[in-house]
Amino acid sequence: MTFADDTSPYMSSLYAAARRMTRNDADAEDLLQETFLKAYRGYGGFKEGTNLKAWLYRILTNSYINRYRARQRRPDETDLEDVEDFYLYRRLGGAESSVLGRSAEDEVLDAITDDQVRDALDSLPDTFRMAVVLADVEGFSYKEIAEILDVPIGTVMSRLHRGRRALQKALYEYAVERGITSPKPEEVVDVET
Amino acid sequence: MSKPTCEESLAQIYLFLDGELDEGTRASIELHLEHCSPCVAAFGLEMELRALVSRCCREPVPRELRERIAAALEEMGRTAASEDGD
Repeated sequence: MTFADDTSPYMSSLYAAARRMTRNDADAEDLLQETFLKAYRGYGGFKEGTNLKAWLYRILTNSYINRYRARQRRPDETDLEDVEDFYLYRRLGGAESSVLGRSAEDEVLDAITDDQVRDALDSLPDTFRMAVVLADVEGFSYKEIAEILDVPIGTVMSRLHRGRRALQKALYEYAVERGITSPKPEEVVDVET
Repeated sequence: MSKPTCEESLAQIYLFLDGELDEGTRASIELHLEHCSPCVAAFGLEMELRALVSRCCREPVPRELRERIAAALEEMGRTAASEDGD
């Protein structure tokens, strides 16, 4: 098995992740190429039988951080106020819509397009976005994400929780903007927390 | 945790959905979900959001990019081989 045989099955996942990290097609292509070249150069040091996918993502992430992250002047996670838990559920949960008893959540989720989800993801600070992509798009475990990002597991959990809540808020705001749902700040559904 | 309350179940929602709970805790939360429709609704919504994110971001690598990368790797391979004096 050559390097290409071993690694090319991961190319489209890595590409999708590169696009979400850089939020820019040209940069994503460069990042992907740089990742593969670095991986090729370092492949001799990769221990067969260990987690190749995580190893490749580690290279991708480090390349992104070193090359692109410094450039971007986007809000940092520390600049953001925490979004409350169950943001969408509190606003939509349990409410029946007029159409055949479908829930308000179903209507909102059905109306949201892939583009809008990508935009909502892209609006998140880097650290949150990267954690959410690794968990929800790529299905890595907390431990794997901790290794890829080189942070403690507690940090992974925190970024995931906060990132997912921030994503819900962004999606909700899209839905309100497009008239898919109307804002109901007064009638927030109770959640037992 | 034998019989988690709504509060306890909801507090662990992400650990549950991310598959990070031990079998016993996971099973006890599932049991709770069997008879608690508000919790089911909250868990269900989070699951659907995850599915949305999972689906939204898959895109094929443009053929031109694949070819460009393959060519670059080949070039590196050739350079390395000639440096080794093969």
